[in-house]
Amino acid sequence: MALSGIEIYKLLPKTNCKECGFPTCMAFGLKLSAKQVELSACPYVSEEAKAQLAASSEPPVRLVTLKSNGHKVEVGNEVVLYRHEKTFYNKPGFFFRVKDSDGEATIKAKVKEIDAYTVNYVGIDLVVDGFAVNDTAGDSAKFTAAVKAVRAESQKPLILISADTTILEAGLKAIEGETALVYAATAENWEAMAELAKTYKASLVVKADTLEEMADLTQKLKDKGAKDLVLAPSGRDFSKTLLQNTIIRRMALAKNFRPLGFPIINFPCDAEKAETEVALAAQAVAKYAGFIVMENFSPETIYPLLVLRENIYTDPQKPIQVQPGLYEINDPTPETPVLVTTNFSITYFSVANEVESSGQPGWLLVSDAEGMSVLTAWAAGNFDAEQIAKDVKRFEVASKATSKVLVLPGHVAVLSGELEEELPDWEIKVGPRESVDLPAYLKEAV
Amino acid sequence: MTLEFPKDKWSGKVQEVVIGATAEDGGTRTSTVTVGGESTMPFIHYEAETPHRPVLALEIRDSKPNDWSEILFETWGDAMEDPAQWAKAAEEAGAELLLLGLNLEQPDGTPNTPEAAVNATKAVLGATGLPLMISGPGQAEIDNELIVPVADACRGERVVLGICEDKNYRTIAAAAMANNHLVIGRAPMDVNLSKQLNILLKDTGLPFDRILMDPTTGALGYGIEYGFSVMERLRLAALRGDAMTQSPMVVEVGFETWKTKESKVGEDVPESWGEWKERAITWETITAITLIEAGADIVVLRHPESLKRVRAAIDNLVEAPELA
Repeated sequence: MALSGIEIYKLLPKTNCKECGFPTCMAFGLKLSAKQVELSACPYVSEEAKAQLAASSEPPVRLVTLKSNGHKVEVGNEVVLYRHEKTFYNKPGFFFRVKDSDGEATIKAKVKEIDAYTVNYVGIDLVVDGFAVNDTAGDSAKFTAAVKAVRAESQKPLILISADTTILEAGLKAIEGETALVYAATAENWEAMAELAKTYKASLVVKADTLEEMADLTQKLKDKGAKDLVLAPSGRDFSKTLLQNTIIRRMALAKNFRPLGFPIINFPCDAEKAETEVALAAQAVAKYAGFIVMENFSPETIYPLLVLRENIYTDPQKPIQVQPGLYEINDPTPETPVLVTTNFSITYFSVANEVESSGQPGWLLVSDAEGMSVLTAWAAGNFDAEQIAKDVKRFEVASKATSKVLVLPGHVAVLSGELEEELPDWEIKVGPRESVDLPAYLKEAV
Repeated sequence: MTLEFPKDKWSGKVQEVVIGATAEDGGTRTSTVTVGGESTMPFIHYEAETPHRPVLALEIRDSKPNDWSEILFETWGDAMEDPAQWAKAAEEAGAELLLLGLNLEQPDGTPNTPEAAVNATKAVLGATGLPLMISGPGQAEIDNELIVPVADACRGERVVLGICEDKNYRTIAAAAMANNHLVIGRAPMDVNLSKQLNILLKDTGLPFDRILMDPTTGALGYGIEYGFSVMERLRLAALRGDAMTQSPMVVEVGFETWKTKESKVGEDVPESWGEWKERAITWETITAITLIEAGADIVVLRHPESLKRVRAAIDNLVEAPELA
C-alpha cells in the first residue's frame, strides 16, 4: 500500500541536501507520496529504505520519456481519473505517421510541413511532438532510408513501427543516442524486443488483444529488464478505446496494479476517414492517451486538437491568467475607448471575444486582479480604482488611447467615483454588466 | 492472468426525461426523445448499459439572425428566412430535436412580439413532427413576455421552455406547469449554482422529470475545460446520489463555438489556422464529442455536417464492445 509523506520521510536520509531538487527531505517525501517524483532522485537513500519504498514510491503510471536532439516528450505520471481531482500532468504527444513505402521525397515533404507547423494560442506556441516511421516493405534498407529522410527534416522524437526486430534494429542504429519508442512487443516476439529495447535504450510499446494478455506481457518484459513500457490496447474505435483506456487508468490508480501502470498509445491514424481520425484524437486527449499517432495533417484540424490538449491539461487548481496589459482588438485608433477588465482568463476571453465578434475596435486594458473574475476580484480588493489607475499608468494607456475614455464593467459601477479622482483627466463611463451585451453597447457608443 | 476490472458502485442515477408528446399523449409530435437514466459515467458499458443515447439537436430561429457566421448562412440558405422551412431542413439534416430560438428583434429591426413568436412556433410545429425546445432571447423581461404566450400556444406538446436562470425562473416554470411543458435551467459553470437552481425549480412544484439543466460551457479554446469539469462533477454527484444534480444535461455547443473567432472569421486570420470551413466544423464537432464524454445528454449544434460527425461517434460509443 502507498505510504504517507511522513512514513516516507522517516526512511529518507533527513539531511536536507537538496540534491533531489526539493528544499527538504520532508518536501521530497511528500512529493513521493503524491507519486510525482521517483525515489531515484535521492542519491543517498539506503538500500534498505529503497526496498521498503520501492512499492510505494513508483508513480502509478510510469513516466516515459522520449528524447532526440534538443527535443523531449514526457508522458505518464498521471495520478487522477478526472482532471478536477487534481490535474492531468503530462500532455499526450501528437506523432504523425509516415510509411517507408511512401518514398523519401513524399516523406520529406510531409515531415517538413509538420515540423515547421506552429500556432499561437493565448500567447503560447503550440507544436506537434514527433513522427512515427512505419515499416511496410519489410526491408531494412528502405526503413533506414525512411528514418533518415525524417531526420533530414526534423529533429523531433521518433516512434519506429515494425513487427521485425532486424528492421527495427536497423532503424535504431540510424538514430543512435536518442531515446525512441519501438512498436511493438507481442506474445510472439517479446524476448527479442526486450533485448532490442535494452541495447538501444529505447522505450517499448506492448501490444496485445486483451488487457489480460497485456498485463502478462508487461510482467515478462519487466523481468527481462525492459521498464519503459507503453501500452497499445487493441481498440481502434471510440467505444472500445474509451473503455480500454479507462480500465487501464483505473487499474493503475485505484488498484495500484503495476502490470498496467504505464502510459497508453492510441492510433487514430488507422481510422478510415480523416474526420473520424480527428474525432478519435479528441477523445484520446480527454481520455487518458499518452501518445496519439496521426496520419492526416492539416492546420485546420491540428489547431483545434492542440488547443483541446492545452485546455484539458490546464491545471484546474490555478485560475488561469492572461498577461495584464493593453490589448488591441480590431485595430483601435487613439479615439477608441478603453474597456477595462481583469486578467482571469475566462473573463478576458469572454470580453475579448465579444468585442472581436462585434467588429468594433477596442482597447482592452487587462488589469492585474490576480487571476480573479470581475466581481470576485472586486470583493477581494484586487480590482479597485487604485489598481486600475496603476495599470493605466504602468501600461502607458494614455499614450495610445489619447481621447482618454475608460469604460468600467457594469458590475463595478461603484468604482467610477473613486476612479475619477485617481484619473482626473480621464472620462469614466460605465459599460454593461455582462460581456454578451458589449457589442450592442459599442455599437451605440460609436 | 485474469483481471477483475474495477467497477464503481454508484447509488444514484440520472433522471429520465421525455421531451415531446405524440397524439396518444395529447400532443402532435410524430417522435419524442428520452434522455437520462444513466447509472455510470459516460459509456462505461461494463458497469451498466447506456439506457438512452445522447440526443443531437439543431438550433433554428424564428427569423433569420443577423449575427451568425457566413458559413451557416451559406449552409442553410433561404430556409433561414422562414422558420417552417428551416425546421424542415433541420429535420432532413438529421436533427432528433429542434431548438427554436426567439430573436430579440424581427427582421425589420423592430422588437420581437408575442404574436410573431407564437406564429413562428406554430409554423415550426406544423412543419415538423420533431419535439421542440424554445428559448427566449436571454433578457429576463422579454423572455417572459415571449415565452408565456408561446407556452400557451403549444399546450400539451411537452416542449422545453428556456432559459430559466436564478433571477428569472418563476414565470417560465409557471408557464411550463400550466401547459404540461418542461423547462431548462441554466447556471454559470458552477456545480453548486446548478444544484441551487434545480432546488428553486423543484420548489415551484414542477415535477423533477420536467427539468433539464444547462451547466453552461465554453467552446474549445474559450473555457471548455471549465464546462468539461463542471459536467464531470455534476454527473459524479448525480451518481453518488445527490438528487438535485440528477437532471439530464444540455449544452449549447453551436452557440458557443460559432461565436468564436476561429469559426466566425475567414479572413485576416493566421495561416496556421488553416481552411476556414473545416476548422469551424472541427471546432464544433470536437467541442461536442468532448462534452458528450463528460456527460452531456443533449447537444445543440448549428451545422449539419458537425451533426453528422458527432452522430457517427455516438453510434459507436453507445455500442458495448467485446473486451475479452
